[in-house]
Amino acid sequence: MTIQEIQNEIIDEFSMFDDWEERYQYMIDLGKTLPLIDDAHKTDDNIIKGCQSKVWVHANMDDNKVVFTADSDAIITKGIIAILIRTFSNQHPTAILEADTDFIDKIGLKEHLSPTRANGLVSMIKQLKMYAIAYQTQLN
Amino acid sequence: MSISQKHITFDVEAIRKDFPILNREVNGKPLIYFDNAATSQTPQQVIDVIVNYYSNYNANIHRGVHALSQEATDAYELARLKIQKHFNAAHSHEIIYTSGTTHGINLVANGFSSFLKKGDEVIVSALEHHSNIVPWQMLCERTEAELKVIPMNTDGDLVLRDFDALLNENTKLVFVNHISNALGTINPIEYIIEKAHNVGAAVLIDGAQSCPHIKPDVQALDVDFYVCSAHKICGPTGVGMLYGKQEWLKKLPPYQGGGEMIAEVSFEKTTYADLPHKFEAGTPNICGGIAFGAALDYMNAIGFDTIASYENELLEYATAQLQQIESLKIYGTAKEKTSVISFNVGNIHPYDIGTILDKMGIAVRTGHHCAQPIMNFYQIPGTVRASLMFYNTKEEIDLFIIALKKAVMMLS
Repeated sequence: MTIQEIQNEIIDEFSMFDDWEERYQYMIDLGKTLPLIDDAHKTDDNIIKGCQSKVWVHANMDDNKVVFTADSDAIITKGIIAILIRTFSNQHPTAILEADTDFIDKIGLKEHLSPTRANGLVSMIKQLKMYAIAYQTQLN
Repeated sequence: MSISQKHITFDVEAIRKDFPILNREVNGKPLIYFDNAATSQTPQQVIDVIVNYYSNYNANIHRGVHALSQEATDAYELARLKIQKHFNAAHSHEIIYTSGTTHGINLVANGFSSFLKKGDEVIVSALEHHSNIVPWQMLCERTEAELKVIPMNTDGDLVLRDFDALLNENTKLVFVNHISNALGTINPIEYIIEKAHNVGAAVLIDGAQSCPHIKPDVQALDVDFYVCSAHKICGPTGVGMLYGKQEWLKKLPPYQGGGEMIAEVSFEKTTYADLPHKFEAGTPNICGGIAFGAALDYMNAIGFDTIASYENELLEYATAQLQQIESLKIYGTAKEKTSVISFNVGNIHPYDIGTILDKMGIAVRTGHHCAQPIMNFYQIPGTVRASLMFYNTKEEIDLFIIALKKAVMMLS
């Protein structure tokens, strides 16, 4: 699936929820159940320090696609990471660079991607794009 | 200066009517504002003063001959007198307007860099806010003086035995907050000031967290410097005050150059203005200063004894309610503390609790509260901090407890 298709799928899933509680419960469940990163990659080098929660990101290239794994010490942040990874991982670097994160607004989680929120997510998205640039350079 | 236990009847519903912001909703729920240690809310009486200033007599001060400038100057200087009276300073020129606590600390730290030398020692406490650590670290880097730290115990009290042991003839300065922003501990500043003076050291007390709850008497304390911010005391942001003993303020060099702080300027030599203007370069926060005075008027009209006894009731009530929640741990259990409760529940990240509470209209602080050394001491990433003020109610605490239980249920 393309990034756009995945994002539309996520928007559809979230449209089934009636209120914030269901949305957040779903995110918390996503955060709890998904194994997001290999412990070996949970290093200081891979850490993005937000003031509030920490985020770890690792990337590798597999068959011309960038595979991301990530984690956070806060569960809601982790839930949003799960959504972002689902969208951006296993995609070609160029597709990652062209994609935006507007769908986060549409599923009612806009405030988590505010640059002033200091939860590490904005830096994480920047980091995902940096990896995509690096791998795109390799491919060229 | 412990908080009075005596019960005074206090009409909180009438008080709440003074604060328009308390009527608003957040995420469809009535706002419950428990982040008072970060900034307090502003009563209509102070908002009116701000509106009146900009509507009727906004002008630059101390140099105009026209009516508006004179009115603004009079109001600004009257506010300085109110601040002097509130803190019981001996002279009004011992009150320096600042942009806030951090500015006051930096002004003193910068001034001391011309006095300190290698071999001198300065002492801070383990309970400090970053703003009362970093300026002194910078001062020590500039002067090669050594920074020593008074340790804390698990209750969040300073270990005074260790403080005594740190003091010696090389100690030049001691910096301690009156009340810890992260834990609410009221520090024994009378003891600290006396002991520091015995070895000839000067003392700066960071009053950012104490001023909303306690009325300090700088002469009785015999403190050398006392700093605070208006926005913690129902005043506006961007203004605060530095109290300094006259003899210290005369000795300290000016912090910033500019207009207002000079007596005469030529390219050969500039002479500085007298106190307090020597430290007040440039156009100050005129409206802020006037509103600061109005905020003190407001707080004093209620009375600090009344405020302290009501807040103490709130603290005891909230603490008892929180302790009912399974695996909730309160950080900061000092005997002398103000209405600040820092806590975690099990292994739940404070950010997650804060996010869910916000969804239910409740404002708390989460994170390390700009006091990472304290979080490192407890080996935690941060805490949830509920800080209460005299306009909060037991009903709000009840709703907060229900919301917190719900958050814990969702996150467990």
